[in-house]
Amino acid sequence: MNSNSLVSISDISKDEILGLLEQARYFEENPNHKILDGKVVATLFFEPSTRTRLSFETAVNRLGGRVIGFSDASTTSSSKGETLKDTIKMVSNYVDLIIMRHYLEGAARYASEVTDTPVINAGDGANQHPTQTMLDLYSIYKTQGTLENLTITMVGDLKYGRTVHSLLMAMQYFNPTFRFVACKELEMPAEYKDFCDKNGIKYTEHTDFSADVINSSDIIYMTRVQRERFTDIMEYERVKNLYTLHNAMLDNSRDNLRILHPLPRVNEIDYDVDDNPKAYYFQQAQNGLYARQAIICKALGIEINK
Amino acid sequence: MSNKKELAVAALQNGTVIDHIPSSMLFKAVKLLGIAQLHSHVTIGNNLSSSKLGTKGIIKVADVNFPEATLNRIALIAPTAKVNVIRDFEVVEKHDVVLPDTIIGLVKCSNPKCITNNEPMKTRFEVIDRSDVTIRCHYCGHSVKSKDAVIE
Repeated sequence: MNSNSLVSISDISKDEILGLLEQARYFEENPNHKILDGKVVATLFFEPSTRTRLSFETAVNRLGGRVIGFSDASTTSSSKGETLKDTIKMVSNYVDLIIMRHYLEGAARYASEVTDTPVINAGDGANQHPTQTMLDLYSIYKTQGTLENLTITMVGDLKYGRTVHSLLMAMQYFNPTFRFVACKELEMPAEYKDFCDKNGIKYTEHTDFSADVINSSDIIYMTRVQRERFTDIMEYERVKNLYTLHNAMLDNSRDNLRILHPLPRVNEIDYDVDDNPKAYYFQQAQNGLYARQAIICKALGIEINK
Repeated sequence: MSNKKELAVAALQNGTVIDHIPSSMLFKAVKLLGIAQLHSHVTIGNNLSSSKLGTKGIIKVADVNFPEATLNRIALIAPTAKVNVIRDFEVVEKHDVVLPDTIIGLVKCSNPKCITNNEPMKTRFEVIDRSDVTIRCHYCGHSVKSKDAVIE
């Protein structure tokens, strides 16, 4: 077990979050920095992913490190029945850092317990994806100048969307006000509303994606409503377009409003929003590079001398 | 009174009596204690009348002193249970069961996509609410009320 591992956003404190944001800002200004010279990083993707893997590998390369790994578990020994523990133990012999994505929930936690090499969780099933949360926080921080006292509206699939759950937990330190916009079938689970209640976080729930909600928001965090989440397909057909954002809906929104989306998008944000300066989802994905550079350095215990 | 009833079931010279188990949880308690593997005399009673619980179950095991940690497993499903240690037909010790903060290797996670259901490893749960005994998987984060928990 290495204490620098990052498995869940709840593993790190408010100070550590703020420290990572400062580091991310530094890397945005100085993206190429040969501080990983001589380091080898493994990217173990037991489940395919494009954006996350490429942004991690770019981050390592821009820091001057080397990458080994795989992007498809079917070409590895795990297809022969090797346990995760054995794969991790073996890879630990070769590298300084393991970045892994797995389709099973809790896989990264377990991996971090069986090795002394630091592990970064790049997503474990529907469970945790802390580097996504860090890039979301960085995007909010960058566009608003602060994380404190913001009104954040979450829209779409609030029941299964792990990104909204992790963001909610991470924002607990910054006195947010949440607006949860979803249909009954996909509303925010009780455990997260309980979490808000226990931590004194204000929230309101809405089934309408109304002008009032939009015009009082600093951040709108859109998520994809997936057809396979519905038991009743008629219900899906009824709600699928209720939570689509169109450019005209932003006419009276705040100047500082920014639209975030973890991507990939399907039809929940109309293409006519893309050219609005308040659309921020592509820059958000770019921020993932800087956030991950900061996280990689923290996991390796590397201090940056600015 | 109740002593008389217990004696009517089986007089225990030495051993352990676990009393005040809710009837619906008795057989889970039997499983948690690993009683199927014991060779000493075991008496199990169920649906006995209880002023506190309505009906209760009771387990009497001769000549066995369970380790504290083993007995405390029962707190997971029967926090009302009482342990009596018997020597020469006398109760020499009587205590409650205490739920530990962490439960390792007893409960099966109900999430089929949890790593614990797919690797040869021990499960681990943390108690997150003592009032209704809710436990959460250390790995996948799924929580379950312990009375609904599946015992491995």
